[in-house]
Amino acid sequence: MKSPILQSATKYLLPILLLFSFFLLLRGHYYPGGGFVGGLVASIAFVLHSFANGPEETMKILKRKPLSLIPTGLAISALSVTLPLLLGYPPMTGLWFEEPIPFIGMIGSSLFFDLGVYLVVIGVVLTILFTISLNNLEEKR
Amino acid sequence: MIDNHILGPVFIHLFTAILQLIAWRKTVTQRYISGIGSFLGVLVAIRLLSKVQDQGILTMNASNWESPFGIVFVADLLSSTLVLITSLAGLAVSLFSSTGINRQRMLYGYFPIFHFLVMGLNGAFLTGDIFNLYVWFEVIIISSFVLMTLGGRKTQLEGAVKYMALNILASTFFLTGIGILYGITGSLNMADLSQKIKLVNNQFLIGITSMFFLLGFGIKSAVFPLYYWLPSSYHTPPSAVAATFGGLLTKVGIYAMLRVFSLIFIPDEFTRNLLMILAVLTIVTGSLGALIKLNIRRLFSYLIVCHIGFMIGGIGMFTKVALMGTVFYLFHDILVKTNMFLIAGLIRQMRGTMDMKSLGGIYAQYPKISLLIALVLFSLVGIPPLSGFWPKVFLFKEAFNISEYAFVAALVLGSFVTLFVIARMWSEVFWKDVPSDVNIEDKYNPMPLARRILLVMPIALLAIATVFIGINAEVVVKLVDQIASQLVDTSSYVEAVLGKQN
Amino acid sequence: MELLLIILIGLLYGAGVYLILRRSMVKLLLGIMFLGTGANILIFLLGGITKGKPPVIDEALKMFQDSYADPIPQALILTAIVISFALTAFAIVLLKRVYALVDSDDLDDLNTPEEEDI
Repeated sequence: MKSPILQSATKYLLPILLLFSFFLLLRGHYYPGGGFVGGLVASIAFVLHSFANGPEETMKILKRKPLSLIPTGLAISALSVTLPLLLGYPPMTGLWFEEPIPFIGMIGSSLFFDLGVYLVVIGVVLTILFTISLNNLEEKR
Repeated sequence: MIDNHILGPVFIHLFTAILQLIAWRKTVTQRYISGIGSFLGVLVAIRLLSKVQDQGILTMNASNWESPFGIVFVADLLSSTLVLITSLAGLAVSLFSSTGINRQRMLYGYFPIFHFLVMGLNGAFLTGDIFNLYVWFEVIIISSFVLMTLGGRKTQLEGAVKYMALNILASTFFLTGIGILYGITGSLNMADLSQKIKLVNNQFLIGITSMFFLLGFGIKSAVFPLYYWLPSSYHTPPSAVAATFGGLLTKVGIYAMLRVFSLIFIPDEFTRNLLMILAVLTIVTGSLGALIKLNIRRLFSYLIVCHIGFMIGGIGMFTKVALMGTVFYLFHDILVKTNMFLIAGLIRQMRGTMDMKSLGGIYAQYPKISLLIALVLFSLVGIPPLSGFWPKVFLFKEAFNISEYAFVAALVLGSFVTLFVIARMWSEVFWKDVPSDVNIEDKYNPMPLARRILLVMPIALLAIATVFIGINAEVVVKLVDQIASQLVDTSSYVEAVLGKQN
Repeated sequence: MELLLIILIGLLYGAGVYLILRRSMVKLLLGIMFLGTGANILIFLLGGITKGKPPVIDEALKMFQDSYADPIPQALILTAIVISFALTAFAIVLLKRVYALVDSDDLDDLNTPEEEDI
């Protein structure tokens, strides 16, 4: 399915959706949102792009395989979980900077945990969808 | 005692898996990381067990939320011993799979998923929160689905569909049970639940909820009417995977039953009778299935079912001696069943088949390895002084004591059938000459020495552990005695989690 | 509201069990999804659909009584949704592979006889 309307719409929707997903990620600590939802929105942005332009094009924007996001995200999450151990707290304790940072707000270890979840979700969803759709393309040929 | 480091075994496997994901497609590096990670896991588990023995039950409040509000992790003697034994079995499987798994499967991420599985097992043993237990169960089954399907041969995928459907169903039952339990008591902390459940007026509703848990764990641990998925799926994946599954996955179900039925739902008359009936039928059907199977791995699958019945019977009797038998059998079973499937993998490397009709002559060709295997088989059958003997003594003693003669008969039947099928397997696989019309393709003999050692060493490692348990039975019995007293009288567990009550 | 949810849960569980007992793989998958959703709504219902009732804070304090609800059922459902998302995604990929290999949607065709084992 190659529709010019969808193609030109996704050109603008992709950055907006990515920005929105990042917004959801940042506000997730006290309000609805968070890493999982943000990651889903971000992957939906890429899925929309692959609907319009085909999965090969989307792979080109991503530059690397979505699979490589999974270990990165897991490592960030795992480190933020175990970091409090070094300071003598139980794992997963939230460690916070004293002062809020402009535009982002309070930064703490739970933000990095969410960031890891965000990356893992994008990686997993895109891997699954690309595996299915690329398989389909091969079968058609 | 609060100790923030009790999740060590979980984190070790988590970081091992992450490192291996970073080294994606570099299979040699992954093998080294896996071996080192599993070895460190064993060391941490030993440290955890010795700490628990010194200082009593250790707890950790995740995120510094005090229990019962946050998620609590508890290491008592039962869970820390199981963590140790799981880590040992994990080390053996990890070493074995560096040769026993083909490169294609490693490229698709066999090792990271394997470590996620072991992480999930350790987490399930250590958690003190019923919903967290569900989450660890899901970690376990998702990893096991991937391991089951890796490689994607036809039989493997067919087995995986059955395995997947039944296990998701089990999780749904478990989740439903948790939902109802939360609705009744408003708590998820197992220690807190054990206090609150006594105050509930409608004990009938509690009984129904406990049936949901029994159903969920029953499917997972392959109890009589719910076990059909096991023999129709466990013979399909590669032997190293089957070893992890056969040795560990069904045992998590037993562990969860032990935990839930000792802490939350103390078995009443009805539950006890139900468990006894299930145990007897599980043993009978499992042994009948084992009698007719000629493929080694199918035979072992039915033996798993048969021996699950022994442990269920111990839970059903629910006295201290019976629980000692169950817990001891659990330890023995993890080591031996893992080893049995590793042996099946070794036999397949030696002969290219697992069908008893076309096997033979292994004793003539490899006498030393055969003697090692014989040791494991003896332990499975329960010849003294190996590890399989002692738990059966406890089970028999208690079954006679409280006049559960049907269970005694089932135990005798199960033990004799095990003896019979193992003896038949020994004569067919090891003593008999190779049938004249079969060409053997021996992949084991031409291998370089290092790889041959990697195949045999894990089996030797687990065999040594079995002999160690058997010979040092006095130490283990003392440990099991303490565990059983903690299971019967849970006040020390509750006190460790919630602090001193009044 | 409670009655509606109870009927819905019953329907979902009933339909789920019925679909699981069918022989088609797609219906099996749908059945599993229905059961999962049913379990989630069950937790939602049993967590109490009341406004307010915050945890931890003492009831006598009357603080935040109206604005905060018990977050645990929501957390449980969210976790269960994430898990069932992963399980369903995996199940779809698996069933698709099986369909490509076996070329049948019938669960009864998934029986390679014992002689073809290796």
